[in-house]
Amino acid sequence: MLILKLLFRNALRHRLRTYLTILGLTIAILAFGLLRTIVDAWYAGVEASSANRLITRNSISLIYPLPLSYLDKIKQVEGVEQVSFGNWFGGVYISEKNFFANFAIDSKTYLDIVPEFVVKPDQKQDFLKDRKAAVAGVKLAERFGWKIGDQITLKGTIFPGNWDFVLKAIYKGRDRTTDETQFFFHWDYLNETVKQVEPLRADEVGFYIIKIKDPNMAAEVSERVDAQFRNSLAETLTETEKAFQMSFVTMTEAIMTAIQLVSFVIIIIIMAVMANTMAMSVRERMGEYAIFKTMGFGWLHIAILIFGESIVITALGCIAGIALTFPAAQMFSSQLGAYFPIFNVKTQTIYLDILAAFIVAVISAVIPTYRAMSVSIVDALRRIG
Amino acid sequence: MEKENKTVVRIRGLSKSYVRGTQVIPVLNDINFDIAQGEFLALMGPSGSGKSTLLNLLAGIDKADTGSIEVEGAEITALSEKELSLWRSDHVGFIFQFYNLIPVLTAFENVELPLLLKGLTKEERREHVEMTLGLVNLTDRMEHYPSQLSGGQQQRVAIARALVTDPTILVADEPTGDLDRASAEDVLNLMERVNREFNKIIIMVTHDPRAAEKAHVIRHLEKGYLYADP
Repeated sequence: MLILKLLFRNALRHRLRTYLTILGLTIAILAFGLLRTIVDAWYAGVEASSANRLITRNSISLIYPLPLSYLDKIKQVEGVEQVSFGNWFGGVYISEKNFFANFAIDSKTYLDIVPEFVVKPDQKQDFLKDRKAAVAGVKLAERFGWKIGDQITLKGTIFPGNWDFVLKAIYKGRDRTTDETQFFFHWDYLNETVKQVEPLRADEVGFYIIKIKDPNMAAEVSERVDAQFRNSLAETLTETEKAFQMSFVTMTEAIMTAIQLVSFVIIIIIMAVMANTMAMSVRERMGEYAIFKTMGFGWLHIAILIFGESIVITALGCIAGIALTFPAAQMFSSQLGAYFPIFNVKTQTIYLDILAAFIVAVISAVIPTYRAMSVSIVDALRRIG
Repeated sequence: MEKENKTVVRIRGLSKSYVRGTQVIPVLNDINFDIAQGEFLALMGPSGSGKSTLLNLLAGIDKADTGSIEVEGAEITALSEKELSLWRSDHVGFIFQFYNLIPVLTAFENVELPLLLKGLTKEERREHVEMTLGLVNLTDRMEHYPSQLSGGQQQRVAIARALVTDPTILVADEPTGDLDRASAEDVLNLMERVNREFNKIIIMVTHDPRAAEKAHVIRHLEKGYLYADP
């Protein structure tokens, strides 16, 4: 108990130095946690993917459409349970800075295949009944203050014109990792309008989403689907939803790798700061450690005192950093929710924070401890007169 | 009294030198003497004469080049660092010129420190500390930090810390060197009392002839050679 008391009192002996070190640690742990959360948020779509869903798109590129006529053929493929489809709409709400994902979907089937988007049954019925109806995620609705019955106009970029919708349903995510910032409306509404304005673009879909009977058969079913359309004008590429999401993420993998590297560099920098603090503290107390040795305290006690002090300082910084990570992530999410729809601080990130802090504490104390243990009592006493 | 005359410390052929670059500087040369139970020994001599080195060797915090030191039959010059550490915790109490109390611990906690190695319960430690601080007349200052105590009081806490484990030998390196005359007198009287009442061996290095007057035996060191008081 006395040793524990001594650890804390030693840690606070040079208050300004200790507080500045704790502040540095807090900022480092906060930055480390936020950067890890950004990386996690980037991969969130991949993690949230369902193992029993496939995505079929044009094999040349996602920007090229597929004929609607493929729908019935895909339904016939062995292993396929249900098929739906959709189009990336790319509509702008008032201004481009209000970005959110919006899709035209086959309303009769889409929400059944994506059960993680939970819509109240009565709202779902209202959505299905009205051709101009739309469904928005709860976070998106909160962001713009939308309520059921509100009229929402999107300016088309891929499909020109102003598109009016009535918000008939708001979905919630079934899981913590479900994106609650998307916007859906009826593909029929889009197609009918396109038929009138640009008939050549009618009856085309951006992607098919396929629910398969057995997730273990994903590769075989994908192969069968693509085989159906081989040597056609619009060959397909079918892959798991995870692989599909991953193809977006890999485009920016270099940035993610850089962010991860920066997060580790921050830890290395704070390790140097902490090591400096410990080196100064131990150098100043070398005489005291000699006094401990004269009383019969051995190397283990000295090591406990130095490592303990390092752990106390680091733990304080780590606790403050972790405590601040949650409100900071909340703030980050509210500002950049459109780009990072799922911005949750994962438990694993907290464990990484703790591990990083522990490594900082231990490594910072190694050399000072070695010096304190190896200096002779006589030499250390000579320093204090 | 026969018991008081029993030899406790036996020093034979003790030599020590320091190496500075290529130069070997002898500090102690063939030192031989005995210390009896209850002896209050003062080591005097000019700066650089080797008295602090001799004190360090006797306290087991430095190693001799040759020779032996026996304390209660145990050859301490043959002990390993770890064994010496244990031996010090049982047999030696240190009193320094600048007190060397831990500034972030109270007087009570400073005195309690050496007892942490003794496997005592908290209650037992409390009893020992209170008794020892009572002995040095500081029971009313137990919860004070060193910075809240005068030099003389700090040195009395240091004496209590040295005494609390009931060591065989008390070693004191210029214990009055940083004190005013009155405080120095108090500290010396206290040491004399400890020596008299508890029959403790006290080995004190000092420049101060008034301090040395309290000792039973005065030995002089000059250029590494030991001379008895004429």
